[in-house]
Amino acid sequence: MTTVQKTRPRVRPPLGKIFAWIAMGAFMLITIFPFYWMLRTALSNGALLATDPSSLLPVDFTFGAFERVLGIATTEEAQAQGGSGASLNFWGYLFNSVIVATAITAGQVFFGALAAYAFARLRWPGRNAVFFLFLLALMVPPIFTQLPNFLLMRDLGLINTYAGIVLPFFFMTPFAIFFLRQFFMGISTEVEEAARLDGAGNIRIFFRVILPMSSGPLATLAILQYIQAWNEYFWPLLVGSDESVRVLTVALGVFRSQTPQGQPDWAGMMAAALLAALPILLIFVIFSRKIVNSIGFSGIK
Amino acid sequence: MSTTTSVPTPASPAPAAHAAGSGSPRRNHHSKAARKQTWIALAFVAPSLFGFAVFYLWPTIRGIYISFTDYDVFTSPVFTGLANYARLFSDETFANSARATILYVLINILLQTTLALGLAVLMHRLTQSTFVRSIVILPYLIANVVVALVWFWMLDFQIGIVNQGIQWLGGNAIAFFGDETWAIPTIALVNTWRHLGYTALLIFAGLQTIPKDVYEAARTEGASEWQMFWRITVPLLRPVLALVLVITMIGSFQVFDTVAVTTSGGPADATRVIQYYIFDLAFQRLDFGYASAVSVVLLVVLAIIAAVQLRLTRANESDLN
Repeated sequence: MTTVQKTRPRVRPPLGKIFAWIAMGAFMLITIFPFYWMLRTALSNGALLATDPSSLLPVDFTFGAFERVLGIATTEEAQAQGGSGASLNFWGYLFNSVIVATAITAGQVFFGALAAYAFARLRWPGRNAVFFLFLLALMVPPIFTQLPNFLLMRDLGLINTYAGIVLPFFFMTPFAIFFLRQFFMGISTEVEEAARLDGAGNIRIFFRVILPMSSGPLATLAILQYIQAWNEYFWPLLVGSDESVRVLTVALGVFRSQTPQGQPDWAGMMAAALLAALPILLIFVIFSRKIVNSIGFSGIK
Repeated sequence: MSTTTSVPTPASPAPAAHAAGSGSPRRNHHSKAARKQTWIALAFVAPSLFGFAVFYLWPTIRGIYISFTDYDVFTSPVFTGLANYARLFSDETFANSARATILYVLINILLQTTLALGLAVLMHRLTQSTFVRSIVILPYLIANVVVALVWFWMLDFQIGIVNQGIQWLGGNAIAFFGDETWAIPTIALVNTWRHLGYTALLIFAGLQTIPKDVYEAARTEGASEWQMFWRITVPLLRPVLALVLVITMIGSFQVFDTVAVTTSGGPADATRVIQYYIFDLAFQRLDFGYASAVSVVLLVVLAIIAAVQLRLTRANESDLN
C-alpha cells in the first residue's frame, strides 16, 4: 500500500497537475479579465477607443470618463472625449442606492432574526405550518408577485418613493429566516437555560444572549442581503424609474439606452459601471472570506 | 419546573398518587407558560407574517385573479374567464418566447453545470485556498446590469476585444448580440460567466462532504483520477448536483436583466424571453390580464420543476449514508 501511494503521486500526478493548474489558471483569467477590461476602457479617451481597440493598455490614458460620470467635467470636455454631454446625476443615484439597500438590509436582518428565533427556539401551535408557508414563498418566482405588487404600490400612491422600492423586501425574505434559523438551532440550549434561571424571559434572552452570540452570522447575512439589494434591477425599474429615487442599476440601464445611435460612450459606460460596482467591490475585498464561507453553509442543507 | 415544590408527605401511601396529585398544578403552570410563549412567538413572527401576507400571499391570489380578467391598469378589471389562457395557444409571440427561454435554459444549465463541476473538482483536488474561492465568486456579486454592460462592450461587433481576438486568429467577427442565432447563446454565456463561481462553490461544498478515505481506498486499488471522478465523485454528488441543477434552472427561467440591458428582446424577437415578454405585455402594452396569465404559466412550470427536484433529492438522499 505504501509503495503504491509513494510512487503514484511522484510519477503520474505532476503532468496531470500541471494541466489542472493550467485549466484553473484559465478559469481565473476569464474571471478577472472583464474587470481589467472595464478599468482599461474607463481610463481611455472615449473618442479614440476605436483607433486601437486591441490595446491592452488604456488608449490615451485619461480620467475623463470618470470625471464626466461624476459630473466634474464640463459639457465640452465630455463631448470631446466621446460623451453625450447629458448630465448624469451619479451622486444622486448613489445616494438612492445606499438608502434603499441599507433600509432593506436592516429590515430583513432584524425581522428575519426575530422570526428565525421563533422558528428555532420557541414552541407554539402552527409553527411548522407557518414555516412551510414561508418555504413555499421561496418557490414563487418574483415576477409573479411583482406585477400585483406594482398595482398595490400604485394604489397606495407609493410609485417613485423610497418606501415603494423598499417595502416588498423589507419585512421578510425567506432566505434570511432560513439562514438564521439554521444558526440559532445550533446554539446550545444550556446558554438559554442559564439565562432563564437568572429570571430572563424570552425577549431578554433574544436581545441579550442570542443576538450578541450571533454577530458573525448576522453580519454575513447583512452583507449578502446588502449586495443583493444593491444589485436588484427589475423591481426598482418598475416602481422607481423617476430621477428622484432612481438607483444605480436602473440609472445604468438608462445610460445604456441613451446612446443607441452611432458610437456609444463606452469609456463613460465602463466608468459608470465600475463606480456602480465599487461599493460591492469594497465589501468584497473586506469580507470575501465571510461571503465564501457562507455559501457552503447556506446553499446546501 | 423549579416552582413545583411538591411537599413530600411521608404518609403518602402510593408514590403514583403523589405524582398524579402534583401533576395538575404543574400542567396548569405549563400551559400558562406555553400560552405566554405562543404570544411572544407570534409577536416575533408578526413582521415576517405581515410581509408574507401582504407581499407574497395577497399578490399571488390577486395575480391569479387578474389572469382571468381583461385589465388595462386604468379601468377596473373585467372578468373574462379562461379567455387569456385560450389566447396563449394562438399567440405566436408567446410560443416564440417559450422557445427562446427553453433554449436559453438548456444552454445555461448544460454549460454552467459542466463547467462548474469541472471548476469545483479542480479546486477540490488542487487547493483549499480561500483566495482562489474568493476570485471565483466575484462575478456573482456584481450586478447583472454591470455584467451585461461589460460583456456588451467586450462582445461589440466592431471594436469589442473578443471580436478583435477572433479576427486576430483569422476568423470573421461575430455579431454576438445582433445575430438571431447568436443572441440567446451569447446571453447564456454572459450569465454563465456570472453564475459559474457560485455554482462551483455549491458543488465544492458538496465535494467536501465526501470522505477522503474513499478516494484513498480507490487509489490504493489503482484507480485513475478519471475513474475516481466517474465512479466516486459523480455518484456521491448526485443529490448536490440535482439541487444545483434546479437552482440553475429556476433562476434561468427568470432571465431578464441581461436581456433588458443588451438586446431589449431583439433582434427580431430572438431574445424575447418569457419574463421580458411579461414585462412588455404589462408595462408597454398595459395588458395586465394577459401578462398575469403568462406569469401563471411560468409559476406552474417552476412549481413542477421544484416538485420533481424534491422527489429526486429524496430518492438520492441515502447515497452517502
